[in-house]
Amino acid sequence: MSAPVTEERRKEYWRRTLRITAILLSIWFVVTYVVIYFAVPLNQFSFMGFPFAFYMGAQGALIVYVILIVFYARYMNKLDREFGVAEEG
Amino acid sequence: MSDFVSRLPKIYGMYTGGFIAFVVILAIAEQMGLPNVWIGYVFMAATIGLYAMIGIMSRTAETDEYYVAGRRVPAVFNGMATGADWMSAASFIGMAGTLYAQGYDGLAFVMGWTGGYVLVALFLAPYLRKFGQYTIPDFLGTRYGGNLPRTIGIICAITASFTYVIAQIYGAGIITSRFLGIDLATGVWVGLCGVLVCSLLGGMRAVTWTQVAQYIILIIAYLVPVVWLSIKVTGNPVPQIAYGEVLQQIGTLEQQLGVTAGHATPFAKNDMVNFIALTFCLMVGTAALPHILMRFFTTPSVKEARKSVGWSLFFIFLLYFTAPAYAAFAKFEVYSNVVGQSIAALPAWVASWSNVGLVSICDALDAAATIKGCAANGNGDGILQLSELVLNADVIVLATPEIAGLPYVIAGLVAAGGLAAALSTADGLLLTISNALSHDMYYKMINPSATTKKRLIVARVILLGVAAVAAYAASHAPATILAIVAWAFSIAAAAFFPALVLGIFWKRANKAGAVAGMIVGFGITLYYLINVKFFGMQPWFGIKDVSAGIFGIPLGFLTIWIVSLMTREPAQEIKDLVEDLRYPRLVRS
Repeated sequence: MSAPVTEERRKEYWRRTLRITAILLSIWFVVTYVVIYFAVPLNQFSFMGFPFAFYMGAQGALIVYVILIVFYARYMNKLDREFGVAEEG
Repeated sequence: MSDFVSRLPKIYGMYTGGFIAFVVILAIAEQMGLPNVWIGYVFMAATIGLYAMIGIMSRTAETDEYYVAGRRVPAVFNGMATGADWMSAASFIGMAGTLYAQGYDGLAFVMGWTGGYVLVALFLAPYLRKFGQYTIPDFLGTRYGGNLPRTIGIICAITASFTYVIAQIYGAGIITSRFLGIDLATGVWVGLCGVLVCSLLGGMRAVTWTQVAQYIILIIAYLVPVVWLSIKVTGNPVPQIAYGEVLQQIGTLEQQLGVTAGHATPFAKNDMVNFIALTFCLMVGTAALPHILMRFFTTPSVKEARKSVGWSLFFIFLLYFTAPAYAAFAKFEVYSNVVGQSIAALPAWVASWSNVGLVSICDALDAAATIKGCAANGNGDGILQLSELVLNADVIVLATPEIAGLPYVIAGLVAAGGLAAALSTADGLLLTISNALSHDMYYKMINPSATTKKRLIVARVILLGVAAVAAYAASHAPATILAIVAWAFSIAAAAFFPALVLGIFWKRANKAGAVAGMIVGFGITLYYLINVKFFGMQPWFGIKDVSAGIFGIPLGFLTIWIVSLMTREPAQEIKDLVEDLRYPRLVRS
């Protein structure tokens, strides 16, 4: 698997990397800042016994962060193999 | 070597079992009459002795081992080490207290100190690992070329790390002095010895394996009292789920007590703009603190580095999503069992912590004048009103074992956890500072022909020197220092984040741009911090000093962009280097 990667494939790999980065970053932005911005109205809703905005700040956003990072690691490791740039060849 | 790695789960599994057995034996000894003082001694001696032992066993004379632990730390263990590295005395002791005092508004710290890892994962960790050197100034020096970016990197790394390390040594000093019954200055030096036995002998390798051990102690110490409290109050052993109903009960109690801004009400203590700015600065700062970023140089591969960020955040998450529960249970106990009682019938923990000065009962008519910590006079009716109770934020975690009526051994456990949190962070920071001086300045700039042996001797001498200066500062001017610790985040964020991210994602970024951007980001942030804090400057847009990075970060990005476009493109070999960073393994055609 040490075949050279063509210029075109390299560009495609980087484009896909940037796309997943942008998508995950938008989710990060929404669960953090959009929820903070609407914290007062969102707190009217109850979630598992918690006011919703409080729940998001104390647990919900954190769980999403962990999922985002784990998803990114898996997605990228798969992408590496697909494009022949994975370390273990 | 791989034999060592494959044995790690077993080693740490046995270690965890051994630690639990140790606590159980101490608990039995307590029931059989072992005095509390001795429990304190045994906890301190056993844990510090343990860290020293790991440090001695991991001593090394190889540069790769000393700086990056041989680059063979598996993702899970690097995650635990990063967790311990990250969670300081402030996280362990202070966070629940802040949440107790500020309710929703304290969540800026919870989100800020976890959400930053998303930025680490997406923008930095895999690329820095691919780059594969030893330090952050290394990256700046290589990517932008020349000694100037490296030097600025060294200055920013030291400024950000140094204020932070003083607070850790101070925290370790408080805990040792309380539990060993010695004065604070001596406690600081005892704490310092605990830090040095690890980092001095084995550098990053010893620090890594000690931090894993420290993580295990600190997370057990944090969870035990709050699980106990949860069972006591709700009967549910999962506090993170159970405190939803406790929040509702707190709401009811707040109405009875006439509290207008409830625990879950947003922006009662901090307006929305400052809340958002603080969250943002803490996140970007997390993604720019050199002692955290350098941990991702220690994994065996880019793939492991990516996984490792996930594990790091998971292990940090375990503590951070417990902290709001901690605060809620403590508040419930205080509102239902302390406030409204007659002064004579208060629970015993109130008296024992007022003796230390962390709790003040201000019912007396002349309380403000006669009782330490009281801001106003009470009404002297012999009943404790909410406004007559003053709680220091640090008391919440430390006093919870007593609030829940737990045996003293749990208080000892919590102290050992706090000490582990302070020591592990101090280790990582001291190593960052001494590496910046010994590797980046001495080896890369002053004496590039130094032998391995000489480099490591220089590294250790510098480490000792920095540690001594930090301990001296911690025992002499702690008040000022604690007030400026939060600055480290804004400083690191504004100085490093733009230059690091653009260095990876924008090939056109060049030396002039990076130098200007780092100076502007660092300079504006420091200017704002100092002027608002000490010279009464009118805050811009009402932004508080801790969130100064909100100006420095975008200005840093903007400056790099404009100055880079105005000056010459970087050389082709630099562009090739950046291209290489983006692929874990690249075979060129």
